[in-house]
Amino acid sequence: MPQLIKDRAVTADTWALLRTAATLADLPENGSIIVPLQLWTQHRVTLSARGNVGVLLAPADDPAALVEDIATIPLIAVDFPQFTDGRGYSTARLLREKYAFKAELRAVGDVLRDQLYYLAASGFNAFALHADRDPQEALKAFGDFSDNYQATVAQPLPHFSRRAASTFNVHGAKGQ
Amino acid sequence: MYRYDAFDQRIVDERVAQFRDQTRRFLAGELSEDEFRPLRLQNGLYIQRYAPMLRVAVPYGMLSSKQLRTLAHIGRKYDKGYGHFTTRQNIQFNWPRLEDAPDILAELARVEMHAIQTSGNCIRNITSDHFAGVAGDELVDPRPYCELFRQWSTFHPEFAYLPRKFKIAVSGSEVDRAATLVHDIGVHAVRDASGEVGFRVLVGGGLGRTPIVGHVIREFVTRAEVLNYFDAIMRVYNRFGRRDNKYKARIKILVKEMTLDVFRGHVEAEWERLKGGAGCVPDAEIARLTTFFDAPEYDLLPGDDAGFRAAVADNRGFANWVKRNVFPHKVPGYAAVTLSLKKTGVPPGDATSDQMDTVADLADAYSFGELRVSHEQNLIFADVKQEALLALWGELKALGFATPNIGLLTDIICCPGGDFCSLANAKSIPIAEAIQRRFDDLDYLYDLGDIALNISGCMNACGHHHVGNIGVLGVDKNGEEWYQVSIGGDQGMQASLGKVIGPSFAASEMPDVVERVIDVYVERRHEDERFIDAVRRLGIEPFKERVYASAH
Repeated sequence: MPQLIKDRAVTADTWALLRTAATLADLPENGSIIVPLQLWTQHRVTLSARGNVGVLLAPADDPAALVEDIATIPLIAVDFPQFTDGRGYSTARLLREKYAFKAELRAVGDVLRDQLYYLAASGFNAFALHADRDPQEALKAFGDFSDNYQATVAQPLPHFSRRAASTFNVHGAKGQ
Repeated sequence: MYRYDAFDQRIVDERVAQFRDQTRRFLAGELSEDEFRPLRLQNGLYIQRYAPMLRVAVPYGMLSSKQLRTLAHIGRKYDKGYGHFTTRQNIQFNWPRLEDAPDILAELARVEMHAIQTSGNCIRNITSDHFAGVAGDELVDPRPYCELFRQWSTFHPEFAYLPRKFKIAVSGSEVDRAATLVHDIGVHAVRDASGEVGFRVLVGGGLGRTPIVGHVIREFVTRAEVLNYFDAIMRVYNRFGRRDNKYKARIKILVKEMTLDVFRGHVEAEWERLKGGAGCVPDAEIARLTTFFDAPEYDLLPGDDAGFRAAVADNRGFANWVKRNVFPHKVPGYAAVTLSLKKTGVPPGDATSDQMDTVADLADAYSFGELRVSHEQNLIFADVKQEALLALWGELKALGFATPNIGLLTDIICCPGGDFCSLANAKSIPIAEAIQRRFDDLDYLYDLGDIALNISGCMNACGHHHVGNIGVLGVDKNGEEWYQVSIGGDQGMQASLGKVIGPSFAASEMPDVVERVIDVYVERRHEDERFIDAVRRLGIEPFKERVYASAH
């Protein structure tokens, strides 16, 4: 079974990514599956009833298309056809912050160790790394930086707000 | 100037460690060329024609003498003893070894410097007015906000893989000395009717293959909201900017194809959601950043130094230098001095390590230990006492940095060109030198007055040729180097793009071509009319006629 990085640990990937599924007939009868957005929108009711169906968003797909399903969908995968195509970072951010998606958000495609830190900061919590890379080794990437200036999904307060608070505390301590 | 706190230092150090490991894995064959490329670019490292090139960030052009000494040291230890100051206020080293890059970055980090995001499809070094904080026409000192924007853009996780590079320039004056109208985002720090500081935001300007002057997208954004507003612009660009063709991937093309109104609509909708949220900048942070740019401890001096005035009156060489290279200061008795890196025979913007060390010493002696890099590729001492100008002039002459040509025809802005850059179609430095040699009569140059001549070795326009009063663009014709000439470009609040006058020229023809253009100006100008104003009045026809009449 392929491996997956999820919540900063290596685990078995139990989901089948069906990139080319175009009709319901293309789907296996059992198991957890990830289907393209187009198939999902065409057969929303059927696929929701089946359960364990995640949705694959291409870089140009608008996450707003999933707004009605956001609370029930168990997994959204965002595709990176090339790792240099950064649209998926904004997709993730919108899913987490605008649409309040709470379940698994997975980066798939050209996913490499050196992008993991920014991907995680943008809201991804699962990463289907290239099959020929060592996911255990890649875990180190989450420690590339200890913090960010900006607000991130993991740390919603930008550093300046926290810095201001800590400065205040220092001054407060002085005054005592 | 800004000083790192423990947090700033920690993440820069972490970046060095990250890149050291990435370089190690690349050299060990664990990272492919394609995988490594964006990583090294975002650390300023290009693979050039002959060697890697490392572009070091000089945030909004501010340098301390200590930092400059480190740059001199890097030039000496890892390069061939010199560096090249760029049109984006950065410095480039043309001959480092890839294997040494992590060590160079570590040396930079020790003096609060880095090469982060000086290349790649990300938000680049923020540029600004090289007279920030000292210019009399300044409304707002832009530097605290430049630092705010620097921190916001540094390692922004969402915007590291944009469709294309992204450049932001900030001005706080009535006169725009930062070319804000030809940046992806141009920012004007202004005050509203109540005196509150905020920002006029322009978007979609840029040079390169499709030069466009930017448009105002919003007249006023408050300081608290400015980063939310930037996030909104960046998110719209990141999602909708073209990725199918790198020549159509800049934000200017998106704004043009979408129309400004539609683009603004997307930005406003996104901003509406972010407004008042966690991205709001607290007053305390603005206050914190502002303290770093408090005025140095100026002496209380009379308005005009008598000794200085006397020296100007009886020393013509000094007077010439004062006229061109000394800029008025808002504090009585002080002046800002431009060190010309445009001596004939030296590539524009180049300085040797020895020169850098001496400049560092002079900055300590004359200007509170700080200096700036201008986007015209010169250096600035912003806070010099008038009474010290004569002595400083003597020192700078000895150093070769006192060429009294700032703003004149020979103060040429020029990219490294085909001598160094693998993107270039043609050489640019020898063209600059040939023109400088032709116009070597200082009296004549003074009579001509302000003329900006810009040279780019290719479409990427690093020499900003579109906004040169005279612009020269290197083009490739069947493997030969040719030069296309445009006139009428200008930077500043009335920024305009030059018009091409006709078919291109061989390198050897270029001094003649420029001379004929200048001849038309001299014959047709009105009294006190600048070159650019004459071109605007006359149009390009008379220039075109003269240049091509005798050329064939």
